[in-house]
Amino acid sequence: MSNQATVPFKGTAEQEAKLLEVIAKHKDQAGALISVLHEAQDIYGYLPIEVQSIIAKGLGVTLAEVYGVVTFYTQFSLNPKGEYQISVCLGTACYVKGSGDIINKVKEILGIDVDGCTSDGKYSLTATRCIGACGLAPVMTVNDDVYGRLVVDDVPGIIAKY
Amino acid sequence: MDMVNLKINGQDVSVPAGTTVLEAARSAGIEIPTLCYLKDVSQTGSCRMCLVEIKGGRALQAACVYPVAEGIEVQTNTPAVRETRRAVLELMLSNHDRKCLTCPRNRNCELQALADELGVEDIPYEGVRSEYDIDDVSPSIVRDNNKCVLCRRCVNVCKKIQTVGVIDTMERGFKTKVGCAFEASLGEVDCVNCGQCIAVCPVGALREKDSTKDVWEALASDKHVVVQTAPAVRAALGEEFGLPMGERVTGKMVAALRRLGFDKVFDTDFGADLTIMEEGTELLHRIQNGGTLPMITSCSPGWVKFCEHNYPEFLDNLSTCKSPHEMFGAIIKSYYAEKAGIDPKDIYVVSVMPCTAKKFEAARDELAANGVPDVDAVITTRELAGMIKQSGIQFNKLPDEVFDSPFGDEATGAGVIFGVTGGVMEAALRTVAEILSGKPVEKVDYEEVRGLDGVKIASVPAGDKVIRAAVAHGLGNARKLLDSIKAGETQVDFIEIMACPGGCVTGGGQPIVSSRVKMDVNVSAERAKAIYAEDKSLKVRKSHDNPYIKQLYSEYLGEAGGHKAHELLHTHYVARPKYEVK
Repeated sequence: MSNQATVPFKGTAEQEAKLLEVIAKHKDQAGALISVLHEAQDIYGYLPIEVQSIIAKGLGVTLAEVYGVVTFYTQFSLNPKGEYQISVCLGTACYVKGSGDIINKVKEILGIDVDGCTSDGKYSLTATRCIGACGLAPVMTVNDDVYGRLVVDDVPGIIAKY
Repeated sequence: MDMVNLKINGQDVSVPAGTTVLEAARSAGIEIPTLCYLKDVSQTGSCRMCLVEIKGGRALQAACVYPVAEGIEVQTNTPAVRETRRAVLELMLSNHDRKCLTCPRNRNCELQALADELGVEDIPYEGVRSEYDIDDVSPSIVRDNNKCVLCRRCVNVCKKIQTVGVIDTMERGFKTKVGCAFEASLGEVDCVNCGQCIAVCPVGALREKDSTKDVWEALASDKHVVVQTAPAVRAALGEEFGLPMGERVTGKMVAALRRLGFDKVFDTDFGADLTIMEEGTELLHRIQNGGTLPMITSCSPGWVKFCEHNYPEFLDNLSTCKSPHEMFGAIIKSYYAEKAGIDPKDIYVVSVMPCTAKKFEAARDELAANGVPDVDAVITTRELAGMIKQSGIQFNKLPDEVFDSPFGDEATGAGVIFGVTGGVMEAALRTVAEILSGKPVEKVDYEEVRGLDGVKIASVPAGDKVIRAAVAHGLGNARKLLDSIKAGETQVDFIEIMACPGGCVTGGGQPIVSSRVKMDVNVSAERAKAIYAEDKSLKVRKSHDNPYIKQLYSEYLGEAGGHKAHELLHTHYVARPKYEVK
């Protein structure tokens, strides 16, 4: 049932020391939680349970409250970014040209959901809004590479390149 | 006190400053519908059921969070108010599963009542409906978000009153829901199973884990099925059958249990008397031998689990005594089994409890003294009421009957007051004071530990000693007390903690009282009256004077705190994690 990150946590002692410093800096401020979450995400790249637990304990708030805030704001991520970050545009033009099917194919091949990361840390998937390449709709990107005018059958070949 | 004058529906109203429009209207006899509001627990203004017009105001305002001001004019019953409230309710209903007929709260649901009162005839909004899996992993509590109206009453009672905080609101917009961190189940986090979330839920989103099927099965089997009832059950069961709050139904309850087919009907009060013998002895032993003090009671399984998660440094302070129904279960499956000539394996013990945490407690591995669980099934007061209704027993017409021997047809007053905050302490003091004095003590009523103050502290003379006693009810109050002990600000010898505010009479397994009734009635105080009335009515009011307790020790257990007593009646605890998800 649990919605924890699919990638094993690889936090270092240095990262934890840094996070504890951040917590100490903000501890007595009103609304400290959001500032701490921002800085924690800068340190770790994402906010897995291990990080949220340190924050909850450090600020004296419940883990449920921390998780509630993390899932409320879209800028916080429960999963790390993969070595290859795949983005599929779900903007209007791409969507009417079938990007919904494209993203479903990516999910199927990688076995992850939107905002997920494969357990080997290689691929992560996000759905983006319009990236300004409507002429190429439907569009997906892998890191800085752009692939346009896609059909579902193109997807396996693109992923296989990485 | 500064008074504020305002007009509600043209009527002049004068109320103390700081009052909300909702409270002011109520004091003037004007009802405003509410859903998310719960006195002393939840004032979030989020459901918009209590919208009213304030003259000159820009938009309709939520009366539950709108403070009165001099000269304001409030209208609670205009077409705009009525139509807006109804539209809000219809929107809420459009994303509700509306399976009222099979809902545990059918006919006792605040949402259903509002739909009736506000005249909802149709739900015109069609669209996607949120669908959720039911969380039934916990042995005590089931959460069904398909029925949740996002009022946050459960979140507030868990976080603010109990300071447990295992549930909160997650996600946003249409996906908003109440749940545990990382989508974990209530059975996988540091939930203490107190069930206060169930007691405050206006709808059927929270309920106890059903154990009645197991009990029905046992009743239909060849097993010797024994039932015991906690003191608080008799103080509230009548409410399920339309009797007034605070009416004690001990005799009818016993009669109903017999008609349900239980082979023996025993009173957990006997277990409470036994607890006092063991706990009192333990306290004296600790005081006289430099043991860990303060000693803290261990009757409340919600409190015990809270301690295991949040205050593992106090585990040595917890009395090693099992809770009364567990002690009694162990005695039923040993002493009683021997006396009645029945193999303990053929005895099935059912506990009727005001409590959901007792379901978790009964499943703890360490509570199996005779190689079998001390207690086989725990049902709540509500579940018992359901069984009585299913059996076609006309509860209100039942004669009064008495409990079965060999444990006496009456327990003591000390046993019965276990059901209310301060009661375990008072029962213990009645015995300990007498032992320390070495002679009969006239004082029976210890008023200083009664009542609904969150933390009560009293110094009670006992012989040539003074026992410094502290009582806390509700886990937020327990936390305050323990923190002040840790900080060295409070020094006491003996502490009673009950997880639920008010004690067991308002436990998570008791009949559910609507938020509207709670605006006018203090449920804990009303039910406590039944408990204290029964205490007064009993011939024997001190546990150590219970002749059947004396008989049990002389025939079977030997000394209180002795070897055999330890084997059967005592237990141990484990530190449990916090900030973790299984």
